[in-house]
Amino acid sequence: MGIQSNVEVQTEWGIVSARQAGRNLAKEAGFSSVDQARIATAISELARNIYLYANNGEIIIEFLENENVSPPRRGIKITARDEGPGIDNIRNAMEDGYTTSGGLGAGLPGVKRLMDEFDIDSRSGVGTEITAIKWLR
Amino acid sequence: MQPSIIQMIHNQRHYIIDNWLEEINTVQTETVGNNVPKEMDDETNRKFIEMIIDTLEYEQREAKGKLRGFVERLIYSGWPLSYFTRGMQSFRSVLLETMSSGEGVNSKRIFETFYEIETWVDGIVNQIADEYSGSWENTIQLQRHALNELSAPLIPVFEKISVMPLVGTIDTERAKLIMENVLEGIIEHRSHVVLIDITGVPVVDTMVAHHIIQAAEAIRLVGAECILVGIRPEIAQTIVNLGIDLGKLQTKSTLQQGIEAGLQMTQRKIVKCNTESASSVVIGG
Ligand SMILES: Nc1ncnc2c1ncn2[C@@H]1O[C@H](COP(=O)(O)OP(=O)(O)OP(=O)(O)O)[C@@H](O)[C@H]1O
Ligand SMILES: [Mg+2]
Repeated sequence: MGIQSNVEVQTEWGIVSARQAGRNLAKEAGFSSVDQARIATAISELARNIYLYANNGEIIIEFLENENVSPPRRGIKITARDEGPGIDNIRNAMEDGYTTSGGLGAGLPGVKRLMDEFDIDSRSGVGTEITAIKWLR
Repeated sequence: MQPSIIQMIHNQRHYIIDNWLEEINTVQTETVGNNVPKEMDDETNRKFIEMIIDTLEYEQREAKGKLRGFVERLIYSGWPLSYFTRGMQSFRSVLLETMSSGEGVNSKRIFETFYEIETWVDGIVNQIADEYSGSWENTIQLQRHALNELSAPLIPVFEKISVMPLVGTIDTERAKLIMENVLEGIIEHRSHVVLIDITGVPVVDTMVAHHIIQAAEAIRLVGAECILVGIRPEIAQTIVNLGIDLGKLQTKSTLQQGIEAGLQMTQRKIVKCNTESASSVVIGG
């Protein structure tokens, strides 16, 4: 629960404004400058994948606050959602160096390492939803 | 437009102008603000309304030309679009009010009259909006051009050594410019060493890294060497997290260290002079 921001990704400007929103929220939440950079970079990867492979979609950035555990946990959750072609083979896509676009193939496995939690749900012809969380330490 | 309507506007010219000037005065304090002297406002207002009414006498092309010239001048001096749109709204209501209260309007033709006036006013508003958007597009075009020139400059700092300082977001278009400018610049300045400074790049993601790696390879292909400088600590961490291998690239943490390395690679170094002006520094070698 808390502050949330949604950014539509249709052009490269969408990528820029998504990571700006993420960086602002991360700063407000009290993340270190290294973690701010990690969060902004993860958003950049997910948003660029949307732009490249699905043409358009959205990035949702939320502030998480879990009071039910002690000590209370706080963090930032990124959701990248699109209704693009989906990822045929998720296992391949998560491998370092796997790319269908002549890139470095470092985006998805990189996001998993940049963040604390990572979840990917994708169906061929339906779309892709990726969530990633960074906890405040 | 029907001659009878033109005739009517002419007959009521003073009444229309006075009424409009009164209305525009209230609009103006809201839109233009107070940074223009009142007399100038009044003069512009009068010229504007007279020009609009006068266009009835010109043939269409000429009328458009007159309007364009007038609007362009105001755009140039920073008048807001809302001055024109609100002004034309007031003009329409003043006209319609004059028409309906005035003598000589045949009630059977009142719709026709209104319709003609609406069409006339709409045409003017459309043209004004077109002039504005044209001038905006023009401005954006110019700014884009200026931005492109600024976005990836290759600067020769010493003989054989050039620096490309990158500041701001790198998108696809800019990545292309980096490659083009670096390769053209190397030839032009006969650079042996190129320093790419990424101190000002906020996020280095896989795409940016990929473009830098490709630029470095291209630099090597044309016979020069590339040194990447200005990798901030948090950027170094994210690059490692992404699993990107910059091992093949030469890197230095600061631009100064990069320049020193560049001088060394071209068999030169910076030495202190032993003359009276002991603090001055020159390049020897
Ligand atoms: N949102 C998406 N929709 C469809 N396919 C995707 C999506 N995101 C990733 N993929 C597929 O997964 C592959 C791996 O993605 P990843 O981001 O890891 O690498 P990349 O985008 O190819 O290169 P890099 O991110 O290093 O520039 C992509 O090449 C693409 O085929
Ligand atoms: Mg990617």
